[in-house]
Amino acid sequence: MTDVLTLISLLLVAASATAAVAARDPSRQALVLAVLGLALAVLFTVLQAPDVGLSQLAVGSALTPLLILLSVRKVRRRGRREDGGR
Amino acid sequence: MSRRLRMWVLATGGFGVAVLLVAAYVRLPRFGGGPHPYGERAVAAALSRHTANVISSVNFDLRAFDTLGEESILFGAVLGTVVLLRQTRDEREVPPAPARIAPAVRRYARIMLPLALLCGLYVIAHGQLSPGGGFQGGVVVATALHLLYIGADYRALEHIRPVGRYEVGDAVGEAAYVVVGVAGLLGGSAFLANVLPLGTFNTLASGGTVPLLNAAVGMEVACAVVVLLARFLDQAVEIEQGPTRKEGKQS
Repeated sequence: MTDVLTLISLLLVAASATAAVAARDPSRQALVLAVLGLALAVLFTVLQAPDVGLSQLAVGSALTPLLILLSVRKVRRRGRREDGGR
Repeated sequence: MSRRLRMWVLATGGFGVAVLLVAAYVRLPRFGGGPHPYGERAVAAALSRHTANVISSVNFDLRAFDTLGEESILFGAVLGTVVLLRQTRDEREVPPAPARIAPAVRRYARIMLPLALLCGLYVIAHGQLSPGGGFQGGVVVATALHLLYIGADYRALEHIRPVGRYEVGDAVGEAAYVVVGVAGLLGGSAFLANVLPLGTFNTLASGGTVPLLNAAVGMEVACAVVVLLARFLDQAVEIEQGPTRKEGKQS
């Protein structure tokens, strides 16, 4: 039973990590990264490391995507201004 | 160095790392189960110090000095961000216009904000008893506050988040950890020694200095993440390229 859960969560991590690499748009990439964080948190919990899972959940699927989205917004805003006002 | 030679250097290095990794993995203990020498010793040490969460005992007691280093890394990183993302002379601050928010999003944020905040505080407070602790709970508390940005707007967030006070809280959390460490030096044997009474196993006050160090880290992390996000939000929402319109109106 545990082996099946481990296998499923490993596959989830592999799939979402591949999707994060394959996504080319940074803002979409941030969302996929959040899903990857969730999958990793599940994997860590299945492997009996709930402390690491909680860290992963808080940092990997909330904080990092948020920082990426804010950076993307800043860069886009600057680009728009240089194209001639907003 | 020609391109060909560089590729050879890269290939040699990569091959070396691969060999070392495989050699290390071969000698790892078997996956899951079986005897675990470090785990058994850590559990025994944690129980002898009345700390129910062994991970917290490792982080804040057995290897408390490592955690001081980790806490300082976050402190330094946030300090660097504050310096790098400050408003420079050729940038100006434009107050953002209030945004329209879908009622469903507003309702979601209103329900989730207190829930997430409470969860974060619970995770910090019970770090010595159950999975979690100052780091995890601190990040949850800090991100929970930002649900107000989603549910209302940036002005509302700025009201409940005077960045100056969180900067002070960040420094106080970092300092409190060192102060507890020095108390161990004065009252016991060594820096960060667990000198306080250990209390009853599996209660909030158990574990000696573990709950104190845990709370210090919780405060430091929560404040640090709020300051970090504040700098990013300022850059993303308020600060624009271009000189200030009126000379001398720089804040």
